[in-house]
Amino acid sequence: MKYKSQKIAYYFFALSMLLLSLQIIYGFIMAFAHMGYDGLHQWIPFNAATATHKNLLVVWIISGFMGAAYFIIPDESDHELWSVPLALIQFYSLAIVGVVAIIGFHVGWFEGRKFLEIPRPLDYLVALNVIVFLINILVTLYKGKKHSTTAWVLTSGLIFAALLYLPGMVWFDNHTVDSFFRWWVVHLWVEGVWELIMGGILSYLLIKLTGVDREVIEKWLYVIVGLTFLSGILGTGHHYYYIGTPKYWLLVGGIFSAMEPLAFLGMTLFAIQMYRKGNKKHPNKLALHWTLSTAIVSFLGAGLLGLAHTLPGVNLYTHGTLVTAMHGHLAFWGAYASLVLAIISYSMPLMTGRKILDNAMGHFAFWLSNIGMIGMVAAFAAAGVAQVYMERIMGVDFMKAQLELAPHFFVLILAATVFATGITLYIINFLKFGVPVDEAIGQGEEFAALQTN
Amino acid sequence: MLSKKQAKLFFLGGTAIFFLIFVGMTVDTLVNHVPRQTHAENITQQVRMGRHLWDANNCMGCHTIMGEGAYYAPELTKVYERRGADYIKAVFNFPGGWRPHGRHMVEYNFTEEEKDALVAFFKWVDEADLNGFPPKPSLSLDR
Repeated sequence: MKYKSQKIAYYFFALSMLLLSLQIIYGFIMAFAHMGYDGLHQWIPFNAATATHKNLLVVWIISGFMGAAYFIIPDESDHELWSVPLALIQFYSLAIVGVVAIIGFHVGWFEGRKFLEIPRPLDYLVALNVIVFLINILVTLYKGKKHSTTAWVLTSGLIFAALLYLPGMVWFDNHTVDSFFRWWVVHLWVEGVWELIMGGILSYLLIKLTGVDREVIEKWLYVIVGLTFLSGILGTGHHYYYIGTPKYWLLVGGIFSAMEPLAFLGMTLFAIQMYRKGNKKHPNKLALHWTLSTAIVSFLGAGLLGLAHTLPGVNLYTHGTLVTAMHGHLAFWGAYASLVLAIISYSMPLMTGRKILDNAMGHFAFWLSNIGMIGMVAAFAAAGVAQVYMERIMGVDFMKAQLELAPHFFVLILAATVFATGITLYIINFLKFGVPVDEAIGQGEEFAALQTN
Repeated sequence: MLSKKQAKLFFLGGTAIFFLIFVGMTVDTLVNHVPRQTHAENITQQVRMGRHLWDANNCMGCHTIMGEGAYYAPELTKVYERRGADYIKAVFNFPGGWRPHGRHMVEYNFTEEEKDALVAFFKWVDEADLNGFPPKPSLSLDR
């Protein structure tokens, strides 16, 4: 760690860990409800559980992104963060808005639009919070001595993510128009500007961990984010097949979303190539594991499993079934959850100065969570395909088909237990590092000095 | 070989071009197509109220509509045609909560006006042209 102010990242990472554990608990509640065990229905009905599960995901990932930015931007721009008190205020307000939203879901305070369930009055607070965050980052960049591509790609991703939240805050009378703009937020986030953030964090990690020349890594970063937008922007069309929008989206969305895996494949090949080119053996093997798994699993989850149901002829049958849940889980896990876990694994030893960076528990956490998630995705896939055949092809009534799916949810719960064990170990490991200390300043830089110039 | 500058140009240029195309298609979709395909002239005050209730109660947290939402409870795009107004209205306030095959729905306390508004919303959704969704089962054995 180079700068004292980088320590602020710890708060955001700790919040991420807390919200991730809650998200998993709500996932279990929903899986049990699918099997018919909905004993909590009176207090946590399914619609409250699903809103909580999804929004905890969004908030913990965003909290992780913010922590990453607070850690990376001072390092990349060679300057202390502009204002630590402002960052603290921003942290507490983010946590408070999050808690209010989650309590709200349990008493039926919703906006009821998938992924954007947070009610509009709170939306304004979220927007304000993000503006404060961005000001802090931008002033730091402005005052900094260096302006690296990595820092700019990361920051522009954060800025555009904030701008794209706005179309989701407008009320439209027409449900189709509302859905249309909801995807401007959700799709252009996860298959657009969040990939800028991902590209920025990933190239920072690769520069640090592999020792490959910055110029080479950043050149390929441009190519990959270029490919992402080339396919991803018009790829939004795969949400516009069957919601009351014109037929040309079937063609445009089909072609461009079928190209989206290429951007992810590019990311995978890029990471693996840089790893192989790297001549340096960084001691933080866990961070390297998570960095490479992000690149690989995002291609499998977002790329391949997305492709599996993105063509209009397939999507006509899979639209609105558990097949979507299959893709969603591995895509978010690979692309964004693993990414946040990677930057946490990289930064914790540097912030705390504790050299327990390559331990058995960390490796167990890595393998159990990844294997568990792949098992969960397999269970969703089996359930989804069975649902499509029963309901959409044979015309079986929804609830009759659902009863037949219960065994798949049993498998889901087994796999989720493995996954949750992995995450528990990760969090125990996180806690074992303790809190950041000033004595850690200057430590670990011997590895950074080897290659950055 | 590609230089960093060329790579940057590829990223910025490509993104700008495709974003402009996307905005153009969005305008065409919303101005020339969606009003006709969704019969926007039929969005009455009652339909608007129905959709407001749909959002405020997070119905999408269990059901899907136009194929979007959660996968815990039935797809409702064609529920008006499938079940009819009386059946739909009977479900909302069912004492103890509607419970088909053991799966709980929240018990709502909607007024008659609110129930009619939701039915009007479902009727409006039912009439929209969704390019063939939901598909007709090709091997129907259930009837």
